[in-house]
Amino acid sequence: MVPLLSFLSAPGGHYRNGMPGDATATPIRTTVTLSAPNRGRRQAEPDRPDIDSSTARNRLSAAQAALLDEHRLLTAEELAGLAALPDDWVTSLAALAHQVRLARCGPGVEVEGILSAKTGGCPEDCHFCSQSSQFDTPVKATPFLDAGEVLQAAEETKAAGATEFCIVLAVRGPDERTMQRILELVPLIHEQTGLNVAVSAGLLTEDQARRFAQGGVHRYNHNLETSRSFFPNVVTTHSWDDRRDTCRLVRNHGMELCCGALIGMGESDEQRIELLVQLQELDPTEVPMNFLNPRPGTPLGDEHPVAAWEAIRWIALFRLGLPGVILRYAGGREVTLRELQSMGMTSGINALIVGNYLTTLGRSADEDLQMLSDLRMPVGALTGVL
Amino acid sequence: MDGTANRVDPGVGFCTGCGGASCAGCGRPFDPPRFCSTCGRRLTVAVTPGGYRARCRDHGELCGS
Ligand SMILES: [Zn+2]
Ligand SMILES: [Zn+2]
Repeated sequence: MVPLLSFLSAPGGHYRNGMPGDATATPIRTTVTLSAPNRGRRQAEPDRPDIDSSTARNRLSAAQAALLDEHRLLTAEELAGLAALPDDWVTSLAALAHQVRLARCGPGVEVEGILSAKTGGCPEDCHFCSQSSQFDTPVKATPFLDAGEVLQAAEETKAAGATEFCIVLAVRGPDERTMQRILELVPLIHEQTGLNVAVSAGLLTEDQARRFAQGGVHRYNHNLETSRSFFPNVVTTHSWDDRRDTCRLVRNHGMELCCGALIGMGESDEQRIELLVQLQELDPTEVPMNFLNPRPGTPLGDEHPVAAWEAIRWIALFRLGLPGVILRYAGGREVTLRELQSMGMTSGINALIVGNYLTTLGRSADEDLQMLSDLRMPVGALTGVL
Repeated sequence: MDGTANRVDPGVGFCTGCGGASCAGCGRPFDPPRFCSTCGRRLTVAVTPGGYRARCRDHGELCGS
């Protein structure tokens, strides 16, 4: 591990290349940057007490009965008991989460593409985000893409097998010009591609929520990101309550609510459970699960990614806490889970973002579609009526 | 994506991850280039589901997937 790491992080990317037995291997100057930025750099995890196996089994069977027989949501206390299980029990948590997903949602997977239609220059100070104008990051602000570019991106999404396309804007909330542009784009994209169109444009007023709903916005994304108690640590320019209010407006006006989480900003296990209960109360159709991909120049730029096994634990816990939602793989999955991405699909995930993200790249759509085919999970649209 | 979007010839040009002249290449896997390898200026980057376009004011456009 250590020698491999020091080789991979050797500056300059020089290495010697030769066939076995070739005594005069020529130095090759490669252009590829060799690095393994996440290997060995993972977030500290909470100390979990030893729990004997009969206690662990009891907690899992009580959760199974609650979810599959009694058809009720797990309480914060029950979720905390599951979150405290030792690492050896993560596969059991995942197996239960997968059972619950199949029972409640079936084997189908919803595939979505997203596009940052207006990048950077956001006045808000979300500490995880490279698009805030308050931080010196490599992301340069760019104006609203023109309709042709947005349509092209929707076509790329459709070609990747998606049924959903989300237009995302780095704004506090939409101004009137932005409202009008979005309201022009939504029917255009839907007519031209047949994709369901979702929008993510920040905080909304009542009137804006009504207009989006009437304008054909199928689903509106507005993430809580984290629990109410942790939120002031990572955002100071608006409140958690502001976000919750927009989420409520979305639902009240008949759009499907997509309300996601960002795991790995320094929140505790208790705060992740708190968020789960807050999400249970909001009752979204979809919950995108993001994992912190620390962005250079942001206040969280020096954090480490969540450990892969810990990410699997929390995917399972999110499915157990939110049994009927569309639980979507979103940003950070490649750098967090690496080879465990398919395991997430059998731990509660039933949707994914395909292709690239807003400012970062994803793995290829072909890899994801192959993974779904290997897992015998059919691709198709899911709705809130499950 | 194999993380090869960020490339630099050591000693030639600028790092596309940070724009530094002496950086050997700090761009991370799954990040598009953010700085021009010719002049080190910040690029205007549009990431789309199927690729990205990165444009330098002086040195034109670079596309990738
Ligand atoms: Zn660099
Ligand atoms: Zn240039």
